[in-house]
Amino acid sequence: MFTSKDKYTRALSDQIINAEIQPDDGVLASIRNMFRTNRAALLGLILILLIVLMALAAPLITRYDPNEMDLASMNEPPSAQHWFGTDDLGQDVFTRVVYGARISLMIGFVPSLISLILGTALGLMAGYMGRRVDAVIMRLADVVLAFPSLLLAMVIMYTLGSSILNMFIALSIINWAGTARVVRAQTLSLKEKEFVEAARSMGVSRWRIAFRHILPNCLPNLIVLFTLDIPGAIMWESSMSFLGVGDPNTASWGLMVSQGKGYAYMCPWLILAPGIAILVTVMAFNFLGDGLRDAIDPYMKT
Amino acid sequence: MSELLRAERLVKEFPVKGGVVHAVSDVSFAIEKGETLGLVGESGCGKSTLGKLLLDLIPPTSGKVFFNGEDLSLYKGEALRELRRGMQMIFQDPYASLDPRLSVGRIIAEPLTAHRIGDSREERAAIVRDLMEQVGLRPEFYSRYPHQFSGGQRQRIGIARALALNPELIICDEPVSALDVSIQAQILNLLGDLQRQRGLTYLFISHDLNVVRYLSDRVMVMFLGQLCELSDTPSLYESPRHPYTRFLLDAVPQPDPTRRDENRALLMGEVSSPVNPPSGCRFRLRCPYADARCAEQKPELTELAPGHFCACHHPLG
Repeated sequence: MFTSKDKYTRALSDQIINAEIQPDDGVLASIRNMFRTNRAALLGLILILLIVLMALAAPLITRYDPNEMDLASMNEPPSAQHWFGTDDLGQDVFTRVVYGARISLMIGFVPSLISLILGTALGLMAGYMGRRVDAVIMRLADVVLAFPSLLLAMVIMYTLGSSILNMFIALSIINWAGTARVVRAQTLSLKEKEFVEAARSMGVSRWRIAFRHILPNCLPNLIVLFTLDIPGAIMWESSMSFLGVGDPNTASWGLMVSQGKGYAYMCPWLILAPGIAILVTVMAFNFLGDGLRDAIDPYMKT
Repeated sequence: MSELLRAERLVKEFPVKGGVVHAVSDVSFAIEKGETLGLVGESGCGKSTLGKLLLDLIPPTSGKVFFNGEDLSLYKGEALRELRRGMQMIFQDPYASLDPRLSVGRIIAEPLTAHRIGDSREERAAIVRDLMEQVGLRPEFYSRYPHQFSGGQRQRIGIARALALNPELIICDEPVSALDVSIQAQILNLLGDLQRQRGLTYLFISHDLNVVRYLSDRVMVMFLGQLCELSDTPSLYESPRHPYTRFLLDAVPQPDPTRRDENRALLMGEVSSPVNPPSGCRFRLRCPYADARCAEQKPELTELAPGHFCACHHPLG
């Protein structure tokens, strides 16, 4: 039997024990908060959404076909008909920029996603399994990182041939090593955490520890890495297209700059329009990535 | 009473640059069913390493651990996991020992899922809610995350998790040293209540002599990887036989100034390094009673009075 005093002390201690449950200030909340205070990141997000919308709704935005040639109006300056002018084949530059967003976004996303998956898998293996697996994977990453990235990507493109698929492969190959390094480093530090030891002491299997404890704790950094990989890939592709190893049949912004460079003095709109498109897109992703990193970092420290 | 766990000549050495850290050197003892065995010693004397050796979280350099008479070193993989179900651990740092990305419910359910206890998610959730209630947490907090809780609450989560597999032995590795004093008392009382209700056996590791005295039936004193003294609690605190235990007890701060003993013995000098520990008795460099014999011969743990063991060539009277 409990006396009334027992009941009182029990209620009181329950009150004390369960008193201050702090409000949820998890990653999501801190990201939400970041958008409220970090205007650049918000601008980045809005720009990215606009560019994605532009890519999706391209046929609704412009009445021209990106590959339709009009030899009667070549290298025309910007006008009411052709907002960004026309190129040497009489194609509408504005239309090509709008449709180019599809290509450039794809070139930003696909290789970044591939290198994210590849780098995460290899980094997790290296950090978690250690020893020989670690040595092999990390030496491989060192080799990739030791090459000048642009040169390596160009060599791969020359060897495989100029197509958009090979561009994906080349960009994935130069990008995975960085991700692998970050994931490995984080795995090494997470592996020594007490909660991993606790899981081991309870008999949780190695796979479960890797996927339930280590991977989720790497996730915030991976999101940041991914958002910062995208503008990198867009830049690499632009550089390579400019240098002439891109896919000549896909009208990416880099290729447009490359094709316009011969007319740069006479018709600056040919390189300005796609150049500014690259600039805005890359900046938008960088703003967002930086903001995300700032929002996630302090949370990771606690 | 019968024996639940026995350590036999356990040794753990860590190779480091320029030598070997002798973290645990030749430690043997037994824990009886239902008792609380306290383990005290200064920071870095190998207390936590010993706790991890007992659970086979780290492999011993040599020596054996018997749990319920079974030699842990003979078990591997699935069988070892099964055997270890009976032994769980409560960790020192309630901030580091809970995965920040899992909800409380999933943290406590983890040992259940790992050992495939409970047929469905709902059944496990019911077990988890019951455990939460047992440790004084409201079951409504099931889907909260660790960072939303205070230190004491987190330690309760850790305790609930350790209880989930219904173990016989719980190794408490400094479970209250990271908590405020007021919270310490709550957690100690909770541990005491759980022991009475469930007939648990504890190995209670701490550097706080008062905490150990409050909870333990017997106490072991460790110095630089070796056991100095092992005795039932009252006799160890009232009449310590090992000089090191004497110094430890005298170093406990006395809050009442009128009761302060001006003549208490305080230890001078530096702690000897576990990398190159002194020969013979490891305490001899700091011991006022040390002589030539202490340098040559390692003192063995001997029974000076019934149940009172001490490893010293010059035990106190």
